[in-house]
Amino acid sequence: MAYNCVVTIKQVPDTKKITGQAMNDDGTVNRGALPAVFNPEDLNALELALEIKDKFGGKVTVVTMGLPAATEVLRQAIYRGADDAILVTDRRAGASDTLATSYILSCAVKQLNYDIVLCGRQAIDGDTAQVGPQLAEKLGIPQITYVQELLGLENNTITARRNMGNGWQEVKCKLPALLTVIDEANEPRIAAAKRLMKYKKARTPVEIQAQLKKDNPSASDAELKELADMKIAELEKQGLLIKQWDLDNLKADLQWCGRDGSPTKVNRIQSVVLTARESKTVEPTDSGITDMVHELITDKTIS
Amino acid sequence: MISVNPKGEVWVFAEQHGGKLEDIGLELLGRARMLGDKLGVKVGAVLIGDQIKGLAEKLCQYGADSVYVLENPLLEHYQTNSYAKVIDDLIHKYQPQIMIYGASPCGRDLAPRVASAIKAGLTADCTDLQIGDHESKAEGKTYKNLLLQIRPAFGGNIIATIINYDRWPQMATVREGVMQMPIPDVKRKGQIFAEKITIQQSDLPVEIIREHKQGKKVNLKASRIVVAGGAGVGSKENFRLVWDLANALGGSPGATRAAVDLGFIDRDHQVGQTGTTVRPSLYIAIGISGAIQHQAGMSDSQKIIAINNDPTAPIFDVAHYKIVGDLNDIVPKMVKAIKARV
Ligand SMILES: Cc1cc2nc3c(=O)[nH]c(=O)nc-3n(C[C@H](O)[C@H](O)[C@H](O)COP(=O)(O)OP(=O)(O)OC[C@H]3O[C@@H](n4cnc5c(N)ncnc54)[C@H](O)[C@@H]3O)c2cc1C
Repeated sequence: MAYNCVVTIKQVPDTKKITGQAMNDDGTVNRGALPAVFNPEDLNALELALEIKDKFGGKVTVVTMGLPAATEVLRQAIYRGADDAILVTDRRAGASDTLATSYILSCAVKQLNYDIVLCGRQAIDGDTAQVGPQLAEKLGIPQITYVQELLGLENNTITARRNMGNGWQEVKCKLPALLTVIDEANEPRIAAAKRLMKYKKARTPVEIQAQLKKDNPSASDAELKELADMKIAELEKQGLLIKQWDLDNLKADLQWCGRDGSPTKVNRIQSVVLTARESKTVEPTDSGITDMVHELITDKTIS
Repeated sequence: MISVNPKGEVWVFAEQHGGKLEDIGLELLGRARMLGDKLGVKVGAVLIGDQIKGLAEKLCQYGADSVYVLENPLLEHYQTNSYAKVIDDLIHKYQPQIMIYGASPCGRDLAPRVASAIKAGLTADCTDLQIGDHESKAEGKTYKNLLLQIRPAFGGNIIATIINYDRWPQMATVREGVMQMPIPDVKRKGQIFAEKITIQQSDLPVEIIREHKQGKKVNLKASRIVVAGGAGVGSKENFRLVWDLANALGGSPGATRAAVDLGFIDRDHQVGQTGTTVRPSLYIAIGISGAIQHQAGMSDSQKIIAINNDPTAPIFDVAHYKIVGDLNDIVPKMVKAIKARV
C-alpha cells in the first residue's frame, strides 16, 4: 500500500556561522550576512519520507513557508527526490510566531492529500520544537515526536521508536499522523545529479517575476506581467514550475496569521556579551598548579 | 483562548512518571513561588496520572498553594492527547495567568499541543523567568506585570525576552537544571482539588508498545565537580586524562558537543545548550574553546578553571583560573597535585 507524505521544511540562517559581522549594533542578527541553509533536521524528515516512498510507493510533497528565496530549499528537496513542492509566501505571514506558523502550514497541508506529515524536530534558528506538535493539533491528528526509527508501516498503522532522552519508547498509531524526526533517524541522501540537471531551472512565479524585473529595468508593469505570464506558462509546460500559494489561496483567516496571530512578542533582544570575570592566570608549572590546588582546598571548593 | 486575568494563579505542570515526581517540576515550583509572590497570587500545580494523589503534599512542601489532581487509569502513562485535553480543560476552568512546563521530552511534546489548542503563546526552553513591564511604543501603552520569558535564540548567540500580553495564559517551557531546586518545607500545606474530566479511549490515539528507561549514566546536575573535555583533547584514548582528573577529584566527566560528536564520550555527558545545564562548585574545561552554546550550560558554575593552548579562547572570558598551555602537560600535573594534597 502506498503512502502520501507531506514534509514541512524551512530555510534557516546558518547559526553556526555567526560572527561579529552578523550582529547588528542593536544586538539583533543580520540575517543577510549569514548563509542560508536547509534546516538540518528537516533533511532527516525528508529522508524518512523518501525512504517510505522507496519502500511503499506514494508521493512526497514538500512545503515551506518563507520569503521567495526559500524556494531554494524546495529545489534542494526536489533534487533529492520530492515529487511536488509548494512555497507559501505572503507579506501578511511575516512576523508569525510558532502558533501562527503552524496555523498557516495547517491551511496548506489541509489542501493536500496526506497520510503522514513529517517535520524536523526543530529549526536551528528558533530551536523551539513547537511547530510540529502545533501543526498536528491544528490538523487534528496524533503526533509522534522525536522519531529515531521507523519500525513498521502496515494497514494504515505506523510503528516508530521515539528517543525520550533517558531511554526510548515504541509507539503505534493509525494514520494520518504527524512525526517529528531527529538527526539520529537516518543519513540524508545527497542531491541526485540527474534530478539536479533536470530541475535546476525550476522556479516559483515570484522568482520569475523578480528575474524579469532585473533583466528588463525599463519595462512597464503591464509588459512585465505579460512576460511573466509567458514564462510561467512555459515552465509549467516543462514541469518546472514550483507551486506558490499565498494566504488567499489558503483561505487563511488573517486574524490567526502574522503579527495579529502571534501571541508571543519580542520585548527585547541582547547579543550575548561575555563578561570577563575576576580571574587569575596560573602558570602551567608544577608550582603554579600546586598553589592553585591549595587555594581551592582552602576555600573548600575541593574537599 | 482565555482572556487576560491578572488575578489568575501561576501554574506548574508537575511531571510524574511511574508515581515519581520529576525534579524539573519541583525546580519550577521554586520559581513559580517567586513569580506568584511578586504578583500577589497563588501558585498551583497540575498533577496528572493514576493513583498519584499522594504526591500532592510534596508539591505543597516545594511551594504550591493549590494542587489540581487528575486521577484516572487511562491517564497512568503520559500521552499527548489525553494530557493536553486535561490541561486545556483545567485552564479554561481556572484561568491561570501563567503556566510553566519543564523543557523535558514530555513537556516539549505537551506544551505546544496545549498552546495550539487554547491559542495561547508559548516560549520554548527559557533559561530565566521574571516579572516586568512592557512599553509598547506603537500603542503608547505600558503593560504591567508581565511574564518576561528569557531564552537564548539563534544558536545561543542572542538572548531574547519574549512577552505575551493579549492572549493568556502566558506559557513557557524551562530547561532542566536552570532554576534552583527550592528547599522543601515539610510543614507547608496547601489545598488539594480532586478534578474530574471524562477521558475516553479515543483520547489515546497513540499506543505505547514498550518502553526502555535508562537511568542516566551520569548525573551531571548533581555533581559538585565537573571535569569536561572538548575536541582539543584529541582522541578517545586521550580522553583518559579527563577521566583521571575527574576521578582524582571525585567529580563527573563532562564534554562538549564536539567531543561527543567525535565519539570521545557518550552524549549523556554533554554540557551546554543542547546538553545538560550544570552549576557545580567547580568546573574544569579542558581543550574547550568556549562556544556560546557550551557556555550556556556551564557559565553559572561557582569556580571555573580553563586549560587551553590558545590564549584568546573565549572560555577564558568566563574562567576564574586561566591556564594557557598544552593539556597533555597540564592535566597530569593537576592530577599529581591533587593526589599529593593528603
Ligand atoms: C544549535 C546548537 C547547539 C549546540 N549545543 C551545544 C551544547 O549543548 N554543548 C556544546 O558543548 N556545544 C554545543 N554546540 C556546539 C558548539 O557551537 C561548539 O561547536 C562546541 O562547543 C565546540 O566544542 P569544543 O570547545 O570541544 O571544540 P573546539 O571549538 O574545536 O575547541 C577545541 C579547543 O581545544 C583547544 N586545544 C586544542 N589542542 C589543545 C591542547 N593540546 N591543549 C590545550 N588546548 C587545546 C583549542 O585551542 C580549542 O580552543 C551547539 C551548536 C549549535 C549550532
